[in-house]
Amino acid sequence: MIDPQQALAEQLPALSAQEALVEANRCLFCFDAPCTQACPTHIDVPRFIKKIATGNLLGSARTILESNLLGATCARVCPVEELCVGRCVLGAEHKPIAIGRLQRYATDFVYSRNIDVFSAGPPTGHKIAVIGAGPAGLSCAGELARRGHSVTVFEKRDLAGGLSTYGIIALREPVEAALAEVEMIRRLGVRFETGMELGRNLNIRDLQARFDAVFVAVGLGATPDMHIAGEEHLVDGLEYIEQSKLDPRHMKIGRHVAVIGAGNTAIDCATIAKRLGAERVVMIYRRSCHEMTAYDHEYEFVKKEGVEIRFLTQPRCVVAVDGAVNALECVRMSLGTEDASGRPTPQPIKGSEFVLSVDQVVKAIGQEMTAVASWLPLETEKGKIRVNDSFETSIPGIYAGGDCIRSKGAASTVMGVQDGKLAARAIHERLMPRGVTHG
Amino acid sequence: MADLRIDFAGIQSPNPFWLASAPPTNSGNQVHRAFEAGWGGAVWKTIGAPVLNVSNRYGAWHYGGQKMVGINNVELISDRPLDVNLREMAEVKRAWPDRAVIASAMVESKPEAWHDIVRRIEDTGADGIELNYGCPHGMSERGMGSAVGQVPEYCEQITRWVTEICRIPVIVKLTPNITNIIHPARAAIAAEADAISLINTLNSIVGVDLDTLAITPNIGGKGGHGGFAGPAVKPIALHMLSALGTDEVVSLSRIPISGMGGISTWQDAAEFLLLGASSLQVCTAVMHYGFRVIEDLCDGLSNWMDAKGFKTVGEVVGKSLPRISDFANFNLFFSAVARIDEHKCIKCNLCYVACNDAAHQCIDLAPGTTGERPQPRVREHDCVGCRLCYNVCPVEHCIEMAELPTERAPISWNELCQSQPEVSEDWEAMRRYREQNAIHVH
Repeated sequence: MIDPQQALAEQLPALSAQEALVEANRCLFCFDAPCTQACPTHIDVPRFIKKIATGNLLGSARTILESNLLGATCARVCPVEELCVGRCVLGAEHKPIAIGRLQRYATDFVYSRNIDVFSAGPPTGHKIAVIGAGPAGLSCAGELARRGHSVTVFEKRDLAGGLSTYGIIALREPVEAALAEVEMIRRLGVRFETGMELGRNLNIRDLQARFDAVFVAVGLGATPDMHIAGEEHLVDGLEYIEQSKLDPRHMKIGRHVAVIGAGNTAIDCATIAKRLGAERVVMIYRRSCHEMTAYDHEYEFVKKEGVEIRFLTQPRCVVAVDGAVNALECVRMSLGTEDASGRPTPQPIKGSEFVLSVDQVVKAIGQEMTAVASWLPLETEKGKIRVNDSFETSIPGIYAGGDCIRSKGAASTVMGVQDGKLAARAIHERLMPRGVTHG
Repeated sequence: MADLRIDFAGIQSPNPFWLASAPPTNSGNQVHRAFEAGWGGAVWKTIGAPVLNVSNRYGAWHYGGQKMVGINNVELISDRPLDVNLREMAEVKRAWPDRAVIASAMVESKPEAWHDIVRRIEDTGADGIELNYGCPHGMSERGMGSAVGQVPEYCEQITRWVTEICRIPVIVKLTPNITNIIHPARAAIAAEADAISLINTLNSIVGVDLDTLAITPNIGGKGGHGGFAGPAVKPIALHMLSALGTDEVVSLSRIPISGMGGISTWQDAAEFLLLGASSLQVCTAVMHYGFRVIEDLCDGLSNWMDAKGFKTVGEVVGKSLPRISDFANFNLFFSAVARIDEHKCIKCNLCYVACNDAAHQCIDLAPGTTGERPQPRVREHDCVGCRLCYNVCPVEHCIEMAELPTERAPISWNELCQSQPEVSEDWEAMRRYREQNAIHVH
């Protein structure tokens, strides 16, 4: 019997004190360090690492959280190879510093001891609503609370944390790590109202009336339909991950699983299927490895997990017998001319149809944007909410950040955290104009 | 394969490496195993007056992840009975006739006490005797160890008590806890010692425990100064060694010197030889890693000697001593500037911040091409050649100090003061001198 908790336990063990010390001492303490420049939240990486080396772990955690309130999540989920670690000067000829793992070591220190690094600022009397308790919302809420504002976070799900809680495979971030950060934000005085969703039981006009400012961080919506026959048999990838985190014992895992898509969510789904007992897992992607959106290190990881990947393959139809999936019909593709996104358009190769014998098909082809227009007359850009440099939307007093504004660049936790931080700054400046001292 | 054999004041040894008088030479069993590992000799842990030890004897200084950069101790001389030590010494010497076995001794400052211990040591067949005038703790309070080494007159008197009867070579071990090492060395020579060894340990407090506020090491709530040794003391030892080698009286006497103080690698060993030591003693490296370190000490030294064309240890000894000089004799027109190899540079910019904050502000960060890190670049005409950047650079051979050619004849401060004394006395004269010689002070 596979113990799902064990099978999906956090992949990298925490560094021991000795490992952390040795690694921290390797850091050169670069001046104007490239790791800090590469971090979207500009964590002073050499500073926090030197503090580990000197045994000042509280100071180290504070250095991290000053720039990035969700530093414990980012330590786990950030694509460090693409960011800080990828720019480490020791990467050229030696081994770059394991920045993510050191960051986790420092933040684990305060979370495991329930140390409150920050406290709420003196009350300003201002009230702010945050919609969505994902990384952007939490970051904004926490930063505002530190400045003394009264913050209420409205979250449609039962638990706060957004994708950190629900949507990232436990072997990268366990639920507990995400919820510890939520708890830290709560202890700053932030109130959480769960089960509250815009357009359902939450009205933005009411919020505007009740609060001095609103921050919208609703993330993305559902996975879009594929418009193929047998669509109803597709399992949603995000729900797949969610169940693996919150209720893995009742999870149904096929013997032969196909995962459609080649992004990081698809990789998480394929890993879950493999780890929880599937004999064969095949990822299916209609373009080639050059166009896939998964990070290189994730791709390498999933290959080592024993997952097969069929590039240039398009699913055509899910075949079910008596309601049970037993095959996925596919067609081979070739790459044609570049489309609007700058990527070559995949085109079916006639007569190349084939059938994959599978009993579960997971769809992980990215999320589409929530229908913003259904609840607000906000201006959009490429389907995402349009904001100005201060993260303010087309409606004064309503700010937005996180994946729901990410019209260019890849959506990521760390970008959301940075949005929330900067939006909090902008909201604070709007409510507390310079010259007015407070706190 | 270089010939590593030495003849030190008549004491033969297959290589120059001896264990220093310390915990690694506390017993016959240890010295046996050390000789099996390849050590050329051993200076037995000091025997002499009865003592009682305490526990928590060693405190170490760890730095930047490196354990035991230095170690201090409050351990006393051997606490094993005299007859046991002497019997084991005799056994070891019988079993290892080709190795150097040297007894270290420290007794009360009375001639009869010294006469007695010298005779008993001679009876063991030991090759020599080392007089411990260095121990800075415990024994010094009883008028022994560094209490002797710090007073040249005592040093001479007690050495004479030994040399007047001793038939085996006498080595006087000096304490570094003294303002000028020359004086006790000259005292030893005056008393007809056969050799000198240095340095013993340095007075030290190794640290304070930040949880308990107790001194490290904590001896029942108290702590105090102990003898400091290990890699951290090497530069001090090299200085004292070269001070003896360049002293007229000491060098004319041609007295052999056994060097020690932080020797951990064959490179350290070679440096001690080059500055005049003709036997080498090691302790902390063995306390850290065991007797097995002897293999690379010999192998590395031999390979280096082969590469440099030295056939015997004797050819190496003192080879760099003629290079030792004083500031007043350095060529004031010698000029070097830092040059950064931009292909090797990893752009950590440590040279930049060191130069900018702590030196002479002559390294700029040239903007990198898009997406690239800025490139540190030396403004050579402003570089004073301080060599700080060279020292902080983490990449081997990335920054070199390039010697600049000069047309000007060399002149030292001494020569300048003789020819133009006003330059050293008057800032206006100095200004003119600089102007004439285009000396630009940044």
